[in-house]
Amino acid sequence: MSSSAALPTSSAPQQSAFQRFISPSNRYLPPIFITCILLVSQVSYGVLESFSRTLLAIATAMVFEYALSYLVYKKAPVLASAYITGISVGILCRTPEFWPFALTSAIAITSKYVIRWRGRHLWNPSNFAIAVMLLIAPEYFSTLGIQWGNAVWPMLLVWALGAIIVYRVKRFHITATYVISFVALSFVRSLFTGHGFFTEVAPITGPMYQLFIFFMITDPRTTVSTKKGQTIVAVLIAVAEMGFRLLQANGSPFRDFMPAIFSIDAPYYALTVVGPAAMVIDMLMHPKKDEKKATPASAQGPKLAATA
Amino acid sequence: MRVALTLLFVGLIAAPIIYKKMEAKKESASVSADRNVALAQYGFSFQESAKAAKIDFKYKSPVLDPKLNHIMPEVASMGAAISVVDFDKDGWPDFYVTNGGIGTKNALYRNMHDGTFKDVAADVGLADVNQDGTGASTGAVWGDYDNDGYDDVFLYKWGRQELFHNDGGAHFTRVTDQTPLPKWANVNTAIWFDYDKDGKLDLFVGGYYAEDVDLWHLKTTKIMPESFEYANNGGRKYLFHNLGGGKFEEVSEKMGISSTRWALAAVAADTRGTGYPDLFIANDYGVSELFLNEDGKHFREVGKESGIGYAPKSGMSASVGDVLNDGRLGFYVSNISEPGILIQGNNFWVPDNAKTDGVPKYQNMANTMGIALAGWSFGSQFGDFNNDGYQDIYVTNGNVSLDKEHNYWYDFTKIAGGNKAIINDAANWPPSTGRSLAGYQQKKVFMNDGSGQFKEVAQAVGVTDIFDGRSVALADFGNRGVLDAVVATQNGPIMFYRNTATPANHWIGFDLEGQNSNRSAIGAQVQVFWNGQQQIQEVAGGSGFCAENDRRLHFGLGKADAVDRVEIRWPSGKTQTITAPQLNQVHKIKEQS
Repeated sequence: MSSSAALPTSSAPQQSAFQRFISPSNRYLPPIFITCILLVSQVSYGVLESFSRTLLAIATAMVFEYALSYLVYKKAPVLASAYITGISVGILCRTPEFWPFALTSAIAITSKYVIRWRGRHLWNPSNFAIAVMLLIAPEYFSTLGIQWGNAVWPMLLVWALGAIIVYRVKRFHITATYVISFVALSFVRSLFTGHGFFTEVAPITGPMYQLFIFFMITDPRTTVSTKKGQTIVAVLIAVAEMGFRLLQANGSPFRDFMPAIFSIDAPYYALTVVGPAAMVIDMLMHPKKDEKKATPASAQGPKLAATA
Repeated sequence: MRVALTLLFVGLIAAPIIYKKMEAKKESASVSADRNVALAQYGFSFQESAKAAKIDFKYKSPVLDPKLNHIMPEVASMGAAISVVDFDKDGWPDFYVTNGGIGTKNALYRNMHDGTFKDVAADVGLADVNQDGTGASTGAVWGDYDNDGYDDVFLYKWGRQELFHNDGGAHFTRVTDQTPLPKWANVNTAIWFDYDKDGKLDLFVGGYYAEDVDLWHLKTTKIMPESFEYANNGGRKYLFHNLGGGKFEEVSEKMGISSTRWALAAVAADTRGTGYPDLFIANDYGVSELFLNEDGKHFREVGKESGIGYAPKSGMSASVGDVLNDGRLGFYVSNISEPGILIQGNNFWVPDNAKTDGVPKYQNMANTMGIALAGWSFGSQFGDFNNDGYQDIYVTNGNVSLDKEHNYWYDFTKIAGGNKAIINDAANWPPSTGRSLAGYQQKKVFMNDGSGQFKEVAQAVGVTDIFDGRSVALADFGNRGVLDAVVATQNGPIMFYRNTATPANHWIGFDLEGQNSNRSAIGAQVQVFWNGQQQIQEVAGGSGFCAENDRRLHFGLGKADAVDRVEIRWPSGKTQTITAPQLNQVHKIKEQS
């Protein structure tokens, strides 16, 4: 998932097919992984409202990506990124309606082309679109917030596979830092709320967080450029999330007027707030590097594009 | 290009906001405080009339084990139930309501024929049924299990189940000890039906909490669902086969019903035309289940094959209706919808013609028809309120109404997303501390426009209460040719909505009595053909959420001035056809022996 990863070349003939498959340069690895999560979950537990809604989200994302890339850059884009955006929306969006699936995908992709600074988009597309939809259409839209099934092993399997993949694409430190921070801050939150540690840590055991930690916060196009910076940002996202969660704590002065959505969907809003701020600071600190990138990853052709 | 892109982006974001504003404008234009306006616009109007009808019942929730104190309102949030019955066979529907607090009394409201009711539960022996050590009532279903002409009552509880025999409409005798009913179970649904067509009513009983849980004396706090939508650690199911002579045999395992999901509602109907009733169970914390009846010899669960066993939700209610007037009965299941937090949407499972291995495929049409979003929904029932010839839907809702300013949603979602090891233990549930959870909700009355679309008209037609509605039952209490609605509310009063329908529309009713079939005629199907239309209804021995409607079937006919014919298929399999029956009256029909 590294933005600087190149396509496989003939200079590495010694790699086995499996090695090539899990190579960081395999742009299809994240889409394949997220597809596996979806299929296994659906076959095992029937998690989706319907396949048709998820397919609508994917199709909308890909059509918008293709159309906007062609209109703006006169280039056919790599659609892997749009595919992941669509499938993420298809999984995370929870509503019996059809149109929110399409609209969320459309907002996600369009945001990449509209909200840009120094030639880069600042928000993770699906995260941004979900955060917006929760505010503009809460009557018709909610997000995945429950477990898939009761068994522990599928959860462990997804976590293990996800960890291997983010490790291969050199993003493991982001995921690990966020998870450690969340668990540690759960303890801090329990001190504030008086609720048990397990109560506070419970949300991260759900599937929504699997998508969040493997696909959203590791998004190569909306993470800062240095490993140290990425680690700090992961901690900041977890801290911001704690802040959003504590808005609804007993005694919080914000509880009376802040909608519960900000706390219930705290990870989305934490990333929405911290992500772009970190990007701006990073680009200010490394101006030359960033200004070269004038087109979305998906429109750059032979570059890895794996954004959710 | 940049401007065009920006406009596109703004347009996408503005679209749902504009749509909502347009919908709100349309809705506000259609709500009027004047009942006559509703009557003219929709053809019916409800007026809450409990006081005038001398119904003064108020439900009181049970107080459970102190280990649950921190979430008591959430756990003790069910039990207000209503079942309609003509227990004294005077031709006027009465109704029975349950209470929950230890020492509280259930009530049996006898219809006094003048628009008022009188509680006679104590006189007939059905009031004092919530004594300490026996648990709390959660519902009741009526059926004539011994075919003596008077409906008996099965009272289900979180606690000791009870069966009472109706002694000629004057008194009830407890006969529980002669049955294999469980000594203790946490039951939230039961229905009478004759699954093997032997002419004797059998009884299905569905557990919610596991039966080894005594909610007043907990041995452990690990009693909660193991998942918010995939829980399988609920109560077991019971199927009592009626052997005759007041004897029953428990046959659930033998018959293939072994679910331990968290059942909240059940309904039986023959949706495949086999002559045998299938069993549909709406489960909280999971998918619904459909048990196909295989010639009365076995049940086969086909949730996944039929399409209803995916996308788990929080099933609260199950009712059956033919809303398209095409002779197809669909299952309506209520779930939870809370803006921005949890939008499950209610389901309406309609069978299509495709069958694989005898299993029909069901499509969820709720969203398409506009009957999906109804808040934290509980009881629901089909009924033609304006007699226009199309079945409408009444949905009551609201979970816990306490503090109006603060809600429990955030803390609730923390635990709802947790793994089995966390959510299963009540000790891990954050304290609700007097906060509401989906409280003070507006009820929903979905009016069928006849083209497969419904319009929500509750406020316009006078259904304006915001109590925590649980059980809703429908009956023509005044024998006036209109369906009234009576609603039990948790920790609230009975809502008695008297209906006024436009006299321009006609109707017809059927009061069936079996001979070879069970005398209550539960399972009989009546299909009315008029003016190029048809509608099918089935007599149910319990439906909705902890409810039972009047078993007399009511059909609206619109402005038609004649009915071509009526086809009755009795549970025994016999069919009977009535040609050109009189309109605007209830026809008492006995099965031809």
